[in-house]
Amino acid sequence: MSEHPQIHPDLFPILKSIPDPEIPVLSIIDLGVVRHAELKGQNAVVNITPTYSGCPAMDVIGDDIKKALSDKGYRPKVNLILAPAWTTDWMTEEGKKALKTYGIAPPMDATSDKKALLGEEQVIPCPQCESKNTKLVSQFASTACKAMFKCQDCEETFDYFKCLI
Amino acid sequence: MTTKNLAHYIYGIADNALILGQRLSELCGHGPTLETDIALTNMALDLLGQTRSYYQYIANLSTENLTEDDVAFLRKEREYRNVLLVEQPNTDFAYIIVRQYFFDVFHFMQLQLLQQSKDVNLTAIAHKSIKEVGYHKQFSGDWVKRLGDGTAESHEKVQQAVTDLWAFTEELFYLSGQDKLVIETGHGINPEQFKEKYYQTISQLLKESTLEVPEAKYFQKGGKDGIHSEHMGYILAEMQFMQRAYPDMKW
Repeated sequence: MSEHPQIHPDLFPILKSIPDPEIPVLSIIDLGVVRHAELKGQNAVVNITPTYSGCPAMDVIGDDIKKALSDKGYRPKVNLILAPAWTTDWMTEEGKKALKTYGIAPPMDATSDKKALLGEEQVIPCPQCESKNTKLVSQFASTACKAMFKCQDCEETFDYFKCLI
Repeated sequence: MTTKNLAHYIYGIADNALILGQRLSELCGHGPTLETDIALTNMALDLLGQTRSYYQYIANLSTENLTEDDVAFLRKEREYRNVLLVEQPNTDFAYIIVRQYFFDVFHFMQLQLLQQSKDVNLTAIAHKSIKEVGYHKQFSGDWVKRLGDGTAESHEKVQQAVTDLWAFTEELFYLSGQDKLVIETGHGINPEQFKEKYYQTISQLLKESTLEVPEAKYFQKGGKDGIHSEHMGYILAEMQFMQRAYPDMKW
């Protein structure tokens, strides 16, 4: 299966306009959950893949896609596909910048979170003040995809979008 | 191997996630601290999400037009194949964490093998789930260490939990006749392959946590054959309440 999403150019702007329900600064395109979108006449078929197994936003995203496409006159079908498994590597650079501006630390590259799973320290810079003097509070925060960190310089806590690699 | 055998095998994996997810969900708003409350319910959410994937697969395999919800909620007590370990109650945080740890180590190893199954749907689910279960295992293992090598009180409580829950570990490796058929074709995986490594791993962490590794002579089982402990009645009474009170209800 292709690692790069194949999205029909007519469908791209519609899909790009759909935000993640939980993190509205992020489009579902930037999140990397849209893997395939094809058009046959007026029939639009979109394949999406879930981030975390239990992510409750996926049902909402599916509904949002159907609504956005039928508003534009297409007959939409949305398929949830499990393989290949979603990874934070599929998040676009634009998406990562949007997260940071919003106050959520974007996922680091795969190696630093692998270190975390092996018990070594992750270094996540503070999205507010950029300091690297941050510490992990909990691997589990406000949603399944986020961990909680605290900056020891500006003393703000912040969410970190956990790597799934 | 028939489709019925395959569904039976998948229940053996998915029902653990369902019932453990249900047990962890009981803690929502009742965790010992805000941080642990959120962590445990996040883990519940991961497990229930995995359950959904397995149940969607089973629903697709069935010839009866089932949905994932039918599969989850409309079975009778003896049709659930979860192990007895995950039925055990949330007695206190020590029990919650030890139950979790004993399960997470098994679950992780099971998913590692399941990634190599001949069944493309099961490998897809395994590839996805293992990323989440890695975080669960880190969390539960770290807490066993903190509590074991903690205060006198935490040490005593977690030792109690370890001693009590040890008898439920061996059932994780139990295989029914139908399970064996599914493993023969390569669709299922045989946990016997990592049983020794499982016990080595958990024993080592227990020792690191200054805890005694129990020398149990008797292990409990029955859940995987649908013969459950008394706890299952209460769990299902809560979980199936809406479906029993309002049959054919629609959200």
